[in-house]
Amino acid sequence: MSAALDSSAPKAPAPAPAHEPNDQVMPGKRVRLAVDRPMRLDSGVEIGGFQIAYQTYGTLNADKSNAIFICHALTGDHFVVERHPVTGKPGWWEMLVGPGKPVDTDRYFVICSNVLGGCLGSTGPKDLDPATGQPYGLSFPVVTIGDMVRAQKLLVEHLGIEKLFCVIGGSMGGMQVLQWAVAYPESVFAAVPIATAARHSAQNIAFHEVGRQAIMADPEWRGGNYLLEGTRPEAGLAVARMAAHITYLSETALHRKFGRNLQDRKAITYGFDADFQVESYLRYQGAAFVERFDANSYLYITRAMDYFDLAADAGGSLANAFRPGGKTTPVRFCLASFSSDWLFPTSESRAIVHALNAVAGNVSFVEIETDKGHDAFLLDEPEFHQVIHGFLEGCAEHRGLSVRRRAR
Amino acid sequence: MVDIRDDLKLIAEMVEPNSRVLDVGCGDGALLDYLAHTKNVDGRGIELSMDGVRQCVAHGLSVIQGDAETDLKDYPAEAFDYVILGQTLQAMKQPRDVLEMLCRIGRRAIVSVPNFGYWRVRMQLMLTGRMPVTEKLGYQWWETPNIHFCTLRDFVVLTEEMSITIEQTRIIDRAGRVTSHAHSGFANLLGEQGVFLLRRNG
Repeated sequence: MSAALDSSAPKAPAPAPAHEPNDQVMPGKRVRLAVDRPMRLDSGVEIGGFQIAYQTYGTLNADKSNAIFICHALTGDHFVVERHPVTGKPGWWEMLVGPGKPVDTDRYFVICSNVLGGCLGSTGPKDLDPATGQPYGLSFPVVTIGDMVRAQKLLVEHLGIEKLFCVIGGSMGGMQVLQWAVAYPESVFAAVPIATAARHSAQNIAFHEVGRQAIMADPEWRGGNYLLEGTRPEAGLAVARMAAHITYLSETALHRKFGRNLQDRKAITYGFDADFQVESYLRYQGAAFVERFDANSYLYITRAMDYFDLAADAGGSLANAFRPGGKTTPVRFCLASFSSDWLFPTSESRAIVHALNAVAGNVSFVEIETDKGHDAFLLDEPEFHQVIHGFLEGCAEHRGLSVRRRAR
Repeated sequence: MVDIRDDLKLIAEMVEPNSRVLDVGCGDGALLDYLAHTKNVDGRGIELSMDGVRQCVAHGLSVIQGDAETDLKDYPAEAFDYVILGQTLQAMKQPRDVLEMLCRIGRRAIVSVPNFGYWRVRMQLMLTGRMPVTEKLGYQWWETPNIHFCTLRDFVVLTEEMSITIEQTRIIDRAGRVTSHAHSGFANLLGEQGVFLLRRNG
C-alpha cells in the first residue's frame, strides 16, 4: 500500500468515552489503544484512541508465558467468570474457566476483552463520535473479525505479553482464534477454535440478515439514530435474538425442554398469545437480551462474522492460511465440534482440520456427541472439558510451564 | 513407563528417535505415548472412534477423528518420517490405495498385518471347513471388520507389484516372539503376524 493511498484513507477521529450512565460503575479494566498511531481497519478507515474494556483472572508469571486469551462469541463479553454487571447472572464460561477448571485460573493468566464494536465498554456504535459530539450510530466504521483481533493484539502488547500460551473461543470467538493463529502465528503457542468455521456459511449469513432486518424494520430504530432521538428498537432487537436463539439449540434440545407443552394454561386459546412454552421462552430470551445489548452493535458484530473468510484472505486456499512464509504454522491446534450443532456443523471444523493436515500442521480434533446444539460449548459437557484440559496440559508440558498446581 | 503390546513394541523399535510419526488408527494412543516418551518423537494420530480420540487428546496427544481412507489424501508427500498402520490394513475398503498413501505421506511406512497363512488358520479351515476364528481375530465371518485378509506372502507380492521395498521384517508367533527377520521360507506358515518397514522405490 503506497503512502499516497494511506494518506487518502478516510479517518475516523478518536472516539469519545462511552456515555451511558452505568458505564462508570461497570467493573473490569479499560484501556485506550492506538492513541499515538491509529489502527487501520480492513475497510481502509483508520481508528485511533479507541477504548477496549477487558478483564483478567489469575496471575501472569515472571516470563509472561502463561497467558490465555479468551475470545467471546457474538453476544458475549469479557465477564467470563464473574457475575454479569447488567444481568446479575454467573459468568458465561464458568463451566470451563476458573480455579481447578480446564482453563485453570490458578495456573494461567486469563484475559478476555469486549470486542471492538461491542457495547459493554469497548468502543462501538453507541459511543460519541468526537467529530459530531453525537453517538456514532451507522457512521461507526464497519469492523471485521480481523479488526477485532488487531485490537486484541494491541491489548496483549499493552499488557507486555509477547506470546500467548493459548487463544481459545467458541463460535465467533473461534473465528477470532483462527484469525489470531493466521495473523500472528509467532504470537500464539496453541489455538483452540471451538464450534466454529473458517468462513461464515450462506445459511448463517441468511440468519444474520433476518436479525438485522428485524432491527431495521423497527420504527424505533430511526435509521440507526435511536440514541439521539431517545427511542429504543427493542421489538426488532428482541425478534433478532429470538430467531438467533433457535439456531443455537437443536430440535432435540427444544423438544426435550418444551415439547408442545402449553404455558400456564390447560388448552390452546385460539389466539396469538404465547400458548406454547417454547414461545414464552423465546419471548423471555428476546426481552432479556435488549436489556444488555445495543441494537447497532448487533448489526456491526453480525456483519463482522458474515465477512469472515480465512481462505479468501489467503488467495482462496485455506491451507495457505496455515503456511505463513511457505512454512507450516508453528501453532498447535485443538478443534472441537458438537454433533448436534447445525449452525457450525462438524463439517466446518473438519474442513479446517483437512487444511491443517495439508500443511502437516499440529492438530487435534474431536467431535463431541451431544444433543444440545451449538450452545453445547457453553454448557456442562464433561468429555469436551476433558479434551480441553488434556490438550492444555500437553501444551503446558511442551511450553515448559510447571505442571504442579498451586496447593488449594 | 507404560508397557505396550509386543507388536507395538516391534513397531517402536523400527522408529528412529526424534522423528515425525503419524499413527493411523492410533486407538487409545498407547504407541504414540510410548514413542513420545521413549524416543522423543513428534507424534500425530488419526483414529476413527470418538472414544479413542477423546482419550488421546485428553492425554495431550495430537490426534484427529478421521477415516484413513478419506483423510489421508490431504497430507502432503513425505510429511512424516514414519507413517504407522497397525493391524488395520485388512479392514480397509481399498488396502492397496491406503498402502500407496502411507508410502507417499511417510518417508517410511510401518505396517503390521495378521497372517491368514498362519498354520492354525490353515488347520481350522482345513479340518472344520469353516472360516477361522482365532484368539486375535475373534470375529465370525458375518461381523468381522476384517474384510481383506491376506497371507504374509500375499502382502509381500503386493509390495513387489507396487515397487515398495521391504527394509525390515519381523515375523511374530502366537506368543509374541519374533520367529524370523525374513519374510521368506516358513514365515508364512509359522508367523501369526508380520511387521514390515516399507519404503517406496525411487
